[in-house]
Amino acid sequence: MLRLEKVNKSYTVGQNRLHVLKGIDLEIDGGEMVSIMGPSGSGKSTLLNVLGILDRYDDGEYHLADTLIKGLSETRAAYYRNQLLGFVFQSFNLIPFKTALENVALPLYYQKVSRRKRNRIAMEYLDKVNLVDWAGHLPGELSGGQQQRVAIARSLITRPKVILADEPTGALDSQTSLEVIEILRAVNREGTTVVLVTHEHDISEMTDRVIHLLDGVIGHEQTNGGGPKPAVAGDGPEARAGGGD
Amino acid sequence: MFDLDRWQEILATIRQNKLRAFLTGFSVAWGILMLVVLMGSGEGLANGIQHQFRDDAVNSIWVRSGQTSIPHKGLQPGRTVRFTNEDHEVVARDIDGVEYITSRFYPRGELAVSYKGETGSYDIRSVHPDHQYLENTLVSKGRFLNDLDIAEYRKVAAIGERVKDGLFGDAPAVGEYININGIPFRVIGLFRDEGGESEEEKIYLPISTAQKAFAGGNRIRMFMLTTGEEELAKTEAMTEEIKQTLAQRHNYSPDDRRAVFINNLNEFFQRFVNLMAGIRIFVWIIGIGTILAGVVGVSNIMMIVVKERTKEIGVRKALGATPGSILGLVLQESVLITAVAGYVGLVLGVALLEAGGRVLPESEFFINPGIDLPLALAATALLVVAGTLAGTVPALRAARVQPVEALKDE
Repeated sequence: MLRLEKVNKSYTVGQNRLHVLKGIDLEIDGGEMVSIMGPSGSGKSTLLNVLGILDRYDDGEYHLADTLIKGLSETRAAYYRNQLLGFVFQSFNLIPFKTALENVALPLYYQKVSRRKRNRIAMEYLDKVNLVDWAGHLPGELSGGQQQRVAIARSLITRPKVILADEPTGALDSQTSLEVIEILRAVNREGTTVVLVTHEHDISEMTDRVIHLLDGVIGHEQTNGGGPKPAVAGDGPEARAGGGD
Repeated sequence: MFDLDRWQEILATIRQNKLRAFLTGFSVAWGILMLVVLMGSGEGLANGIQHQFRDDAVNSIWVRSGQTSIPHKGLQPGRTVRFTNEDHEVVARDIDGVEYITSRFYPRGELAVSYKGETGSYDIRSVHPDHQYLENTLVSKGRFLNDLDIAEYRKVAAIGERVKDGLFGDAPAVGEYININGIPFRVIGLFRDEGGESEEEKIYLPISTAQKAFAGGNRIRMFMLTTGEEELAKTEAMTEEIKQTLAQRHNYSPDDRRAVFINNLNEFFQRFVNLMAGIRIFVWIIGIGTILAGVVGVSNIMMIVVKERTKEIGVRKALGATPGSILGLVLQESVLITAVAGYVGLVLGVALLEAGGRVLPESEFFINPGIDLPLALAATALLVVAGTLAGTVPALRAARVQPVEALKDE
């Protein structure tokens, strides 16, 4: 589904060249749920941006769903993002002046789906994340967990091949984090590939495969046999204290 | 453009910040308001000036005799210059460019005018047939004087509508005889005059008849002529030529400014035309300047809007918004704000002019302020262009927003 071959990427910061991705080879199959881990500065966000066609890479090749993603025009990139990918961000990135329903429906607006139809579909997806009752609310009126669920619904509405999640639980307490991961897990079970960046081990342990990134190269991979471990709330009292929406 | 969703997106963002949208719009509305009021006032002023020239042909030269004021060839100053029929003929014959020419002779003293017991005192002018073209005389019934009247010394008269009302009341006048100082003149026509009611209290007689009947000999008081389509420079040359000709004929110095008074209305009119053109240019410069200030304001605000919405734009791009759609979004918002605000300014400006026209006291120099439809349409088109211009730079910036940069968490 996703295939990187010797992908390099560097930034120019002032006078220095910062080599962020150093010849990444990576293959993620359809239907996998993979997490990328690594210390900050290891290039994991850059990797995710390259995977999400939000950023360009310098050389190598990136194939997404058998399409070579290289040197695309902005318009073409926007098209692929819209058609193939769904994004979930750490800070949710909902549009503050749009209701939950409108936020979920937005990707379909860019597919020129009629308003009535996209609102109907958006309602279905809100139902999947149990937020139908909150459809008319603005993001500011929702809790963090609810906002992230709206964002997940938004990422799913175009039926993308791949969901890319950048620290999806980074801004959530552990109880809500588990709920969010459960939803992503459920999405994955329906066949969607999920790639998430995280630095929390109990999150990465719930994915099929963990890719450790260190200083721009893939350090080692670990496979978590047999799906998710039972949700262990080993973090002590705070997990329970912070729970609930 | 007619994408309903797009409009809803725009309205939603405008609703987000009503005050800012209002302030932006206000500067544009103010600009248009100023432009409309200024142009309308300029129009009023132009109308007023046109009004000043309504009576007489604007392409005319008027020549009146006076008294010499400087010695010339041994002759003392203070001599009265007397024009004769011959002067008229020489000027008509020798000066190139004369279109219509007429002399005037005023019978001496108060002449009583009567018809069947009704009497009145009216201004009597004896003139040539061309006179009607110099004074914008409009024949309303019958005819004006003609060349045969002059040649055959006919005792005929063209009378103004007010004269007719005074002497005849509702009875028909054309063909009747009125009595001027005991001499009967047949009424051949009635006229109105652009110059207003006082100009309709006049009686025109053939100059030849009047000179005979009222002991005028061959004297004329003044003569005036029109210059057709001649250029200003040509009419100035004609004025000079007339001065030289008359100076020679009447033996006075061409530099004597009091011997003969020559008014070239072309010059006056040209001066006013230039003045009006100047005022118009001035108005446009100020108006455009004000609109430009408004446009810069809109552009500025749109710039801030784009900056503030960078993250949102990044999100939209991640969700599949093309640069084109972002560009359109910002441009359309800019055009919408300018167009709506500008239209409000336009309507307010026109209303203000209307109100001003009613409230302000009547003035000879300020008549019917207002702007015409083509100008209003031009202003509207200008607004859309201005809105597009104002939005271009911010819109391009918005379209270039890099999602990676926009989505970075601070």
